[in-house]
Parts: sequence; C-alpha cells; structure tokens
Amino acid sequence: MTVPLLEVRNLRVEFPTRRGTLVALDDVSFSIAPGEVLGVVGESGAGKSMTGAAIIGLLEPPGRIAGGQILLNGRRIDNLPYAELRRIRGREIGAIFQDPLTTLNPLYTVGRQLVETMTTHLPLNPAQARAKAIEWLELVGIPAASQRIDSYPHEFSGGMRQRVVIALALCAEPKLIVADEPTTALDVSIQAQVIALLKSLAREKGTSMMLVTHDMGVIAETADRVAVMYAGRIVEIGAVRRVVQHAAHPYSSGLMGSIPPVGRRLDRLQQIDGAMPRLSAIPRGCPYNPRCPQVFDRCRVERPELMPAEGNLAACWLYDGAPQHA
Amino acid sequence: MFAFIVNRLLQALPVMLTVSLLSFAMFAYVGDPVAIMLGQDYTIAQRDALIADLGLDQPFFVQFGKFVWNALQGEFGLSYRLSRPVAQLIVERAPATLELALCAAFLALAVGVPMGVYTGLYRHSWLSRFFLTFSLIGVSLPTFLIGILLILVFSVWLGWLPSFGRGDTVNLGWWSTGLLTWSGLKALILPSITLGLFQLTLIMRLVRAEMMEVLRTDYIKFARARGLTNRAVHFGHALKNTLVPVITITGLQLGAIIAFAIVTETVFQWPGMGLLFIQSVGVADIPVMSAYLLLIALMFVTINLIVDLLYYAVDPRLRIGRGKGAH
Repeated sequence: MTVPLLEVRNLRVEFPTRRGTLVALDDVSFSIAPGEVLGVVGESGAGKSMTGAAIIGLLEPPGRIAGGQILLNGRRIDNLPYAELRRIRGREIGAIFQDPLTTLNPLYTVGRQLVETMTTHLPLNPAQARAKAIEWLELVGIPAASQRIDSYPHEFSGGMRQRVVIALALCAEPKLIVADEPTTALDVSIQAQVIALLKSLAREKGTSMMLVTHDMGVIAETADRVAVMYAGRIVEIGAVRRVVQHAAHPYSSGLMGSIPPVGRRLDRLQQIDGAMPRLSAIPRGCPYNPRCPQVFDRCRVERPELMPAEGNLAACWLYDGAPQHA
Repeated sequence: MFAFIVNRLLQALPVMLTVSLLSFAMFAYVGDPVAIMLGQDYTIAQRDALIADLGLDQPFFVQFGKFVWNALQGEFGLSYRLSRPVAQLIVERAPATLELALCAAFLALAVGVPMGVYTGLYRHSWLSRFFLTFSLIGVSLPTFLIGILLILVFSVWLGWLPSFGRGDTVNLGWWSTGLLTWSGLKALILPSITLGLFQLTLIMRLVRAEMMEVLRTDYIKFARARGLTNRAVHFGHALKNTLVPVITITGLQLGAIIAFAIVTETVFQWPGMGLLFIQSVGVADIPVMSAYLLLIALMFVTINLIVDLLYYAVDPRLRIGRGKGAH
C-alpha cells in the first residue's frame, strides 16, 4: 500500500466543561490514500464534523485535541503552531462547509475572495490571480464567469454559491478536501449536481476527499471507502460496496436498513430505536449496547476495538474470534 | 442614488418644519420678549409701538411664515442679551464647538475601535479586562466630574495643560482655528478627552460585542479554513462586518457630541455654541435659543443622511439595483 496522504491515529478530542471533561472523539483512526474519497457517516452528534474540524485545526474552543496524531504526508500537523497550520489550511487541506449562504463574506465580491485566497498561498500577482479566478469560476460551472466575478455573494443562488465555495476550497490546489455536509443545505435537485461537480473535480485534480454526510446515497455514489461513526468513535470502516451490502456492525446495518430501497414497495422503513447517548452519559462497554438488537453480556462490560468482520473492520464483539470471510 | 438622496431630503423637510414650529413657539411661550426689551418703565404707547414693530400683532401663521422665511436666509434676529445678530454670534462660536467635537469624535474612534477589536479578539487577556474596567469609568462618571478631575490633575497639580479657554487662534477667513498654534492644541486636549471619553468607551464596547458576534460566523471560519492570515481575517473580514452598527452609533454620537458639548464647554469655559446657549438660557435670550435648536436639528438630519450614505458604501446588499437574490 502506498503512503497515505492523511493518517489519523487514535485521535481524542475533549471538551473541558464545568461538569467535567466531555470526550467528543475517542480513539478515532483512519487513513486516506492519495486520490481516495473517504465517506464519513453517522447520526447528528456522532463526531463526523468534529473529526473534520480537528484535521483542519479549527476546533471550536474550548475543544482540544487531547491525544493521538494527525499526519499529512507523514508529517505531524496536529501539534503545529497556529501560523504554520495556517499555511497548510487552504494550500494543502481545503475545506467546504455546510451552508453556502453563510460561508461567503457578504461584503466582498466572489472575485476578491478568490484572489485573496490564491495570492495568500500561490506565487501569483493580483492580475494573474484574477485570471485564474475566472478560470476557476468557469470550471465550477458559473455561467458568464468573467462578468460574475465582480458580483457579491447575495447575487448568487444557493447552489451557485456552493459552487463558488468549491472553487474557493480548490483554488490553491490542496491535496485533500474536507467537505462537511456540502449538500445538506441545498435543494434536492441541486444536490446531485454539486456532488457530481465535486467528484469530477476531485478526480481531475487527483485530490483526496473526506466527505462528511448523513446521506448514504451520496456516499454510495461518491466514496471509495466509508467510515461509520457512533458516539465519537468509528464503529465500522471498509470499502463502500461491502459496507453497504454486508454491513458488519449492527449499527451500520441499522443505518443501511433505514435507506428506502428504490423500485421496491415498502410498507414500513426500518428504524433504529432510541437515540444516541449524550457525551456526558456514554454507556460502559460498547456505546451502542443499549440500542443494539444483538447485544450480549460482554457488550455491556468491555469496549470492542476495530476487528476484521465481513471483509471490513468493525468494532463489535460479534466478530471476536469469528471465522474470517475473504 | 440621486433619487435616494432626494427622497431623504424630502423626509427631512417635515422634521425641520416641526422643529421650526417648536423654536418659533418659544417666542410665544418662554418669557415675554416685549417685557424683556422694554425693561422696567414704559408707557402703553411705547409697548404698542414695539409690538407693531416686532410684528407680534399679526396672525400666528403670518408670523410663523416670516420666521421660517427669515431662518432660511440665516436671519434669526438680534440677541436680547448682546444686541447683535444671532447668526453672527453663531458663526463666531461654531468653529470652536465643531473643532472640539471633531477632535473628541476622532479621539473616540481612533482609540475606541482598536480597543474594541483587541478586547473582542483576546477576551481573556488581562489587558482586555483592564480596558473593560476602565470603560466602566467612562460610561458611569458624569462628564463634568471627569472634566474637573482632569483639570485638577493636569492643570492644577502637574501644570501641563491650560484649565480653560481656547488658547491662541488663527483666522482662516471667517473660521477661527486653534489647531495651528501650540497653545491652541494644548488647550484642546483636556476638553476633547472630557467630551470624547463616554463615546470612546461606548464605541469600544460596541466594537467588542460586534467583533465577538462576527467571529462566530461561518464566513470567518471559512476564511480561516482558506488559510488567510490573522490580519486579513480580523481586519479585512471581521472588522468590516462590524462597521454598519458602528457607523450608526458614531453618527448619532457625533450629533450628540455637538449638541451636548454644553457641559464640557461650561467646565472649560470653551467659547463655543454650547457656552453661548447656556448663557442665553440664563437670561431667556430666546432668539439665540431658538436658532441653536434649529441648528442642532439641522446637524442631526445632515449626519443621518451621511450615515445612510455610508451604509451604501459599506454594505453591497443595500445598494440599489440589486441583482437576482438567492432563491
């Protein structure tokens, strides 16, 4: 296997509060190879976005990385001073946020925001950067880019603004994109377009992507591998096809079961009973044990690590010592 | 843009007319000008002659019309106290007040905005805590007390700065300025601080609150995620987004500084319009009072217009001829 572009090892994120320390991410490990798209799914509050924020070094205080390492091209970036990390953001790791209506500064033209991003990271003078900015707007599918470059964000529709955000995230040609629910705030009809654009640009530029979403359809279509998160931990990780078709962890199979099938009538959608535990009350043992249909005694006492299961890796005692599939 | 200005001017018209009515009403209801002008001993004939002379026997609307017409030409009659044209008195005094007010406003902005940015960015540093404590003094101590304390320290104890007056002035046409002489500048320091301290702390607290608000927004997070320098994020993106409320408050406060320079001018015996006004109130010098009232109203209207125009300069979303908005 080639050297991973991004490697996250045993990442732990804590929030010190008055009523004790909350552990928002615990023992999160994964890697992303060059050109690979890793999907990250899970319920709200499972720690998907937090993982993304930790990678780009923008955890909301008082949240902090309390343990583990983040390596980019084999170099640790989780302990860099702010000024050095800044040079990595945008240049080596680009970010796309959820709501395009609020991620653009309303007081500056989109052109100015593109130009300032490029001149910060690339050896371009403002005129060259402006020419590049027009190219980028064309590339993300903004019609009449050379005129629209001097428009303000409020003069674009939501879908168009997310295209501008994509251009902004990619314009300094980073090797990795952290896309945090890039389509959640968009109309359904626009979502597919934006995902297709993101996918084709990533492939064209050879950019790796960490795609955070709770839309399994988007993952199935876009990602190479998928990580399922629950209560701040990765409970299953593996190739998309295998996870979708043969989810090993009972939580993942519950998630997959709650996707309505296309072309087949279904009277009731399957649902997972109960709710994810609050960070202050994560149960002992496997955090999923109170909701798990296949729970047994060991789950309530001991916490499972990721172990081979159904060709993926799953954190579930069902697979401890179980015979391995190929 | 032109249509907008015309529209605003038309809106200002009723405001100015209402204020005119009030300042005109002063003549009728505050004291009796005839009694004041005639003094203790007079005959009925003298009194009637004066009433006819002043036009006080004419119907109300004719008198009001005349008043407005004269006011439009800058004609406010004679001061009872000084027996000189009011317009002339005000023109003599205006430069002193305007210089003082602008210095105070400049001080408030030049110190208040950076302090606000700093305390907004570094909320927990000891310097921020010090600034905030200091701002409580500015907000809660009354102006006259601050003035007197400053005089005590810098004029009486240390003897560095003059305690009253404007120092030497230079005439540039009709405008007399204290900005060009050393003693004039020295005389300006204490009154400017006294007058501007409250606005300074107000602006600081406002900028701080707005900065804290803006720093939480997604576009600031996104600007950081794009790897922009702190300088670009804080001053280019964050500060500019705090400007609309800051401009509003600064504009209103500038009006307030000019209008309520009275206390500061009294404490420092500053020869400006406020001192003129307070001296006129003492002897019910109604022409001066009513002209002052009108002038201040005009200033507020003008400042509001400028503030509205500045909004357009700062925020593209407000500009006329907006493009197709979202959705």
